[in-house]
Amino acid sequence: MNAPVHILYFAWLRERAGAGSEDVVLPDGVSDVGGLIDWLRARSPGMAQAFADPALVRCAVNQEFGNAATKVKPGDEVAFFPPVTGG
Amino acid sequence: MQRIRVQTESFDVAAEMAALQGGDTGVGGIGCFVGTVRDAAGGRRIVAMSLEHYPGMTERAMAAIAEEAGRRWPLLGCTLIHRVGRLLPGEGIVLVLASSAHRAAALEATAFLIDWLKTAAPFWKKEFFAEGGEAWVTAKADDDRAAERWR
Repeated sequence: MNAPVHILYFAWLRERAGAGSEDVVLPDGVSDVGGLIDWLRARSPGMAQAFADPALVRCAVNQEFGNAATKVKPGDEVAFFPPVTGG
Repeated sequence: MQRIRVQTESFDVAAEMAALQGGDTGVGGIGCFVGTVRDAAGGRRIVAMSLEHYPGMTERAMAAIAEEAGRRWPLLGCTLIHRVGRLLPGEGIVLVLASSAHRAAALEATAFLIDWLKTAAPFWKKEFFAEGGEAWVTAKADDDRAAERWR
């Protein structure tokens, strides 16, 4: 059985995605963050807008910073967010 | 000793310094940085700010930054406190303390800690303007350059 991937959205990505988190079953053929983004942006206009400019989106897989090439497998936690602005 | 917290409530700098020192008379100096909410940005007046973070990852990232400081300087301890939620101009956002036997390590580590905290910990700020409206703060190239000098 395929465990879902837990996806989190923060800041304006959360606002555009319309939710802070969701669980999705990883579609066949998707094995990295870039593939997951391509699949997510095809799902709704809000998602397409959230991921419209990939240069503005950062990600983490299992709470470690990653990039488009970072592998994603069932059960992982994947977060999408803008460049950080703390401090 | 690392003391790392993410909290909504304000912090007391003197109490945090005393807690970090903890009666250790080997401490010769404590570097301190307090980040506060400014009342203007890009010519617009700010009435409030809200800070969001990624619970779980935030604490891990802050611990990793503190560990890196401990590898680079002979620290006796450090404190990283970052507030989240709604904040008003003048309020403290972030507190960085670094203690060492000598001042150079304490001061340099403090600068390193705040530079890396700004670019490597998952916090996001939103500003609320006096004339109405709100906007997420965009990352600054200056902050990236400040962090880059420690690579």
